[in-house]
Amino acid sequence: MTISTAPAPLAAEAPVTAAPPRGNRLGSWLIFVMVALYFLVPLAATFYWSLRAEKGVLSFEAYRRLFADTNFLPAFTESIVNAVIAIFLSLLIIVPTAYWVTLRLPWLRPVVEFISLLPFVVPAVVLVFALIRLYSRPPLLLTATYGSSRVVLVCAYAALSFPYMFRSVDNGLRAMDVRSLTEAAQGLGANWATILVEVIFPNLRVALLSGALLTFAIVIGELTIALFMAQHTLGPYMANLTRAKVYEPSAMAVVAFAITWAAMGMIAYISRERKGT
Amino acid sequence: MSGGFLSLEGVRKEFGGTVAVDTFNLEVAAGEFVSFLGPSGCGKTTTLRMVAGFEPPSSGTIRLAGKDVTFAKPNERNIGMVFQSYALFPNMTVGRNVGFGLKVRGRPKDEIASRVREMLELIQMQHLEKRYPYQLSGGQQQRVALARALAIRPQVLLLDEPLSALDAKIRVELRSEIRRIQRELQITTVYVTHDQEEALSISDRIVVMSAGRMEQVGAPFEIYNYPKSAFVASFVGTLNQLRCQVVDPAGGKLSLEGQTLLSNSPVSAAAGQQVLAMLRPEELHFGAADGENRLDGEVLSVVFLGGVVRVQVGIGSSVLTLDALNERRLKLPKVGDRQTVSFPPHACWVMAGI
Repeated sequence: MTISTAPAPLAAEAPVTAAPPRGNRLGSWLIFVMVALYFLVPLAATFYWSLRAEKGVLSFEAYRRLFADTNFLPAFTESIVNAVIAIFLSLLIIVPTAYWVTLRLPWLRPVVEFISLLPFVVPAVVLVFALIRLYSRPPLLLTATYGSSRVVLVCAYAALSFPYMFRSVDNGLRAMDVRSLTEAAQGLGANWATILVEVIFPNLRVALLSGALLTFAIVIGELTIALFMAQHTLGPYMANLTRAKVYEPSAMAVVAFAITWAAMGMIAYISRERKGT
Repeated sequence: MSGGFLSLEGVRKEFGGTVAVDTFNLEVAAGEFVSFLGPSGCGKTTTLRMVAGFEPPSSGTIRLAGKDVTFAKPNERNIGMVFQSYALFPNMTVGRNVGFGLKVRGRPKDEIASRVREMLELIQMQHLEKRYPYQLSGGQQQRVALARALAIRPQVLLLDEPLSALDAKIRVELRSEIRRIQRELQITTVYVTHDQEEALSISDRIVVMSAGRMEQVGAPFEIYNYPKSAFVASFVGTLNQLRCQVVDPAGGKLSLEGQTLLSNSPVSAAAGQQVLAMLRPEELHFGAADGENRLDGEVLSVVFLGGVVRVQVGIGSSVLTLDALNERRLKLPKVGDRQTVSFPPHACWVMAGI
């Protein structure tokens, strides 16, 4: 053992944080206000426009007409169902993959990350043409009927969700000591199914919900793929609405925005709840 | 050698071309507490993981109660393991964590509840059964991890640096508790640590490891006082290693910087050759004593450590470290003082081949 004669380190000093100069603070506020305006002005304008359906008064008439439209609810419902199925499909593919990569194949992580990012690289219009080309002839003729096209659409949505889902799940797995938890459970006699269901999934709750809600937010208003696959979902419905009506598209945009923000708010709330527990 | 409750015969582990553990042979008796001690990367945790079933050995055999478990899955071995990071399931309460092993074994609910209570009593945490891991301190979490590992009535308990993440005071308390529980349950235990004090204080036997090899196996007293290699001597405890010249091998006479010293240990080197004379700091004292070796030198530093005062004395180009037991009337030497250091010939042992 070597005996060090070096002086003992001094106790860590508390970080000294000086208040920023007045000019800096003003600059920060200015940037904040500009960014806020950049986001809020179009939103406020859209909302204001959506209230002007009746001449001379501000009312929710556009919203009433929107919800009264017989095509709205089926399109909305279909989008929700598609989103839910896409979420489950994505979870089924991503969770075991991310778990196994974390546990046994960490060297494969860059490859899986790259694959999960492909939907960002390939534009939706390219993706949909590739899908149509691949699945519109035997032996994989899946675009012949509305139902089979919907299967392709949902699979495409699952693929679109990979970047968000993989990142959420991967972050969740990194936040816990997956290897030790798995080994502890194994040592206590648990098999793989028990480990996944009783140990891994419950501790990934927030990550899974984050990934799921982000997927939901993307899928609910998706236009390009749904349009080319001739699906009657919310995206094409909104596009048609924009062409045919004046105030209802604004009302629809506000509703879609509210749904997305509700999803985001739910992620934030659940994350905060989790941190608090 | 055979007949140990846990036996490792010629166990070897390679990662790629790197040998992590080389020909490991050990017999652990039932109820024995054995520690693997060594620096980081010496293969102690890899060996433990092979016993647990998390790493398959490249060659060799592992037997548990006479049964070959070399390639058995971890969940087929009935071994309890405690991890450095506690590895408590964050989504489960203390009670559910402790009962998890029994639940996956399909034991009835009342049996699980009773065993959980028993285990929590053992670690004196009955009142915290409903708490979640994040509501516990590090020491409490590790006690729960211990209770969880013991709840399944394992044949062997494995502990992988369980106290490393805890502060010094809790570490000392918890290691006594681990030993108390181990003695109470008479459970065969293998403990991995890089902390020599921990290993010396808790173990029946210690396996000192270096670079994947077993350097020495023995009781703590034996390891500390009769190290078989320079590595063990220097790794376990503090050691002075003085480069001396052999004057008279038969008489154990050595020369250090022109001063003569005698050793009772056999000197295998020939006269004129260089050897290392080993001395524990606590066997040295200030002042001349009849029949003892005397070395004169200059005090280089004085460090007050509470229970002991550590003084470094320069003897020519060599530095000798001396530990004096602290007492109120102790007169501390000053840096620059000339001092005589004494030690009996039996305190000095010699290692050749340097």
